[in-house]
Amino acid sequence: MSVTAHDQAVALHDSHSHRPGFVKRWLFSTNHKDIGTLYLCFAVVGGLVGGILSIIMRAQLAHPGNTIITSGQEWNTIVTSHGLLMIFFSVMPALIGGFGNWFIPLMIGAPDMAFPRLNNISFWLLPGAFGLIITGLLLGESGTGWTLYPPLSNSTFEPGIGMDCTLFALHLAGASSLLGAINFITTIFNMRAPGMTLHKMPLFIWSELVTAFLLLLAIPVLAGAITMLICDRNFGTAFFDPAGGGDPVLFQHLFWFFGHPEVYIMILPGFGIISHVVSTFSRKPIFGYLGMAYAMVAIGVVGFVVWAHHMFVSGISVDTRAYFMAATMIIAVPTGIKVFSWIATMWGGSIELKTPMLWAIGFIFVFTVGGVTGVMLSNAGVDQIVHNTYYVVAHFHYVLSLGAVFSIFAGFYFWIGKMSGHQYPEFWGKVHFWLTFIGVNLTFFPQHFLGLAGMPRRYPDYPTAFAGWNLVSSIGSYVSGVAFLVFLFVVFRTFTSKQRLPDNYWGPGATTLEWTVSSPPPFHTFTELPRIR
Amino acid sequence: MRCIRQLLAACSTLVIASTGAALAQAPEPWELGLQRAAGPLQQRIIDLHTLVLVIITAVTLLVAVLLLVAVARFHAKRHPVPSVTSHNTVLEVSWTVLPVLVLMIIVIPSFRLIYYEDRTQDPDLTIKVTGHQWYWEYTYPDNNNIDFNSTLIPDDQLKPGQLRLLEVDNQLVVPVGKNIRVLTTSGDVIHSFFIPSVGVQRYAIPGRVIETWMRIDQPGVYYGECNQICGTNHSRMPISVRALSEQEFQAWLTEAKTKFSDATPASEPPRLVAAAMGAER
Repeated sequence: MSVTAHDQAVALHDSHSHRPGFVKRWLFSTNHKDIGTLYLCFAVVGGLVGGILSIIMRAQLAHPGNTIITSGQEWNTIVTSHGLLMIFFSVMPALIGGFGNWFIPLMIGAPDMAFPRLNNISFWLLPGAFGLIITGLLLGESGTGWTLYPPLSNSTFEPGIGMDCTLFALHLAGASSLLGAINFITTIFNMRAPGMTLHKMPLFIWSELVTAFLLLLAIPVLAGAITMLICDRNFGTAFFDPAGGGDPVLFQHLFWFFGHPEVYIMILPGFGIISHVVSTFSRKPIFGYLGMAYAMVAIGVVGFVVWAHHMFVSGISVDTRAYFMAATMIIAVPTGIKVFSWIATMWGGSIELKTPMLWAIGFIFVFTVGGVTGVMLSNAGVDQIVHNTYYVVAHFHYVLSLGAVFSIFAGFYFWIGKMSGHQYPEFWGKVHFWLTFIGVNLTFFPQHFLGLAGMPRRYPDYPTAFAGWNLVSSIGSYVSGVAFLVFLFVVFRTFTSKQRLPDNYWGPGATTLEWTVSSPPPFHTFTELPRIR
Repeated sequence: MRCIRQLLAACSTLVIASTGAALAQAPEPWELGLQRAAGPLQQRIIDLHTLVLVIITAVTLLVAVLLLVAVARFHAKRHPVPSVTSHNTVLEVSWTVLPVLVLMIIVIPSFRLIYYEDRTQDPDLTIKVTGHQWYWEYTYPDNNNIDFNSTLIPDDQLKPGQLRLLEVDNQLVVPVGKNIRVLTTSGDVIHSFFIPSVGVQRYAIPGRVIETWMRIDQPGVYYGECNQICGTNHSRMPISVRALSEQEFQAWLTEAKTKFSDATPASEPPRLVAAAMGAER
């Protein structure tokens, strides 16, 4: 993608600064870059809290009979909070709110998002939601797992207000995502620079566009389900209570109609980032651009019609299982297109193994591992004995905790110079990558074995036979914890570095519009719209 | 690469494991694969799992090798001038069509398996399994409605040789070689009736009765656990099944009919759900 020369005009703009003061700039921010920064900081905090919870859980599971966590209810509450924090308060804010806000306008050559004030409120709903989640955690009253299945989540079995806090937290986080999605779609459809047709859009923009549509269609279903649950809990309705003619399985259908697209919401923006990183560090245009774009669209569309594969043992009829099994397997096809196209992009390139590229290659590998175990799980017949076991835990952590998080780090190392104007320390970036790669594989690979041997998930204590692999897994999580500390050190070193960066510090491989503005970009970018040939 | 080697190890263990006989089946330390089969369901699951495992291991290896080769061959030091190729129709069509063909190989035996697993015609015996917080209740509707509760033996009461968090006071007892219809339901929240070595799992959901089936071919004891989060003692309501020969089973039935005289569960299910359960009985 090439661009007309326009860059320096915007850089000049930086100097005449009428920058707002701290409160106005950060609390009432309407600038997409500042809001993106807020989202990224928020994601680090969310990830830190969620990560500490996971280390506590792994410490409890390191040996059978541990009593670091004193009751099953306490354990269940931590499980719930860990899941929700990582999904709604770490991965989504980083990939969608953070990188999306920062780079959608920059990559399509727009001065800002379409609705700057909406953008502000969509961020500021999140800290409130975060507070409610933490309230639920500290009260110890939301021990249902992130899936929130009634009757366990109704007022008979979870009577405390902590459960309501958790549900309202989801409402707020959902509203935030919904507003963000509306903003993203409007921006991408209406504010692309002249000449940038849909088929010339960078793949990251495609990925955010598909993600925004998934959010737009999935979040309202979650909102409906938890509204009904809140009514069941507080106002005597019986949507999910068989005693009143309701049905617990209805909740599962509604939840997963949201929940399955949600997992693609978490991974699709990562796909976009990985495409740019692979292309940049191979110094080659992305292979099969159209196939890559429409593979994401296909994943988004098919992702909406596979939800009941989470319910293979919920008593749905055998023909229903057959359909959902076949539909789920189909997702392997567009996913395969993506993986092979990334490799084909590298093939024949001139590959530089800078830190972002390490994360990207790591992503392709761990995502493949997580993807193929997904094919195993899609087999309803096999799922009959691996459903809800650690095999599932291993699977979704390979695609999310490893996949999505690797893509976040790839994006961080790729763009931190652009966002902050300071380059990360290459050596420590690589240390961070290798420590994380070893740590997470050590944590999650043995969980496949535990799952196959029949260890159920959400267990604070387990039969002695599972002790060995659990210990390995716990040690892996400590290594990953140390790796996160290295990341914090990298952040510290980055922001204290004095090195100045040129506009395009990655060289000829980096071809999208964000590399035409200064590093960091001026407060207002593209006062003169770039033209795409 | 370490991962892949382990995956292969798991694969070979499976092949060995699937030929062994099962007398008692609990999870084993450092186990890599599925538990040995106690009956035809698990055997067929193991067979399909092995097929899929071989395919997905091959795919993962292919991706890993391609990545390594790409990095080695096209490293900037060795390959300073990148090509500009960004399309190859044959390649793109083939990596779309080939996965479809591979999926066809998986999906056909998989369809066969789910219809086999679904339910049994002409069951020899019906067992109703009711999940409670936090114990299982087993009912034998064909045999005077024998009904009893099965509760975890706490750590301090375990006899030597008993398995922690797996042993119960009253085991579910079934005859070997019989097709057993399993009906699951719940008295409170959702639980999941899950016995890995038998290859059976269904949620126990209040207000619903879910039907599936199982068959155990070797006498012995088989262990499972509740597999759906159900509150504070989720990890403390295991399942233990004793499979007996036909004569021993008949003897047990006679004894059980007096021991667990009639269908009076030890504890009342909570009020709300009790109504639904009543409607259904």
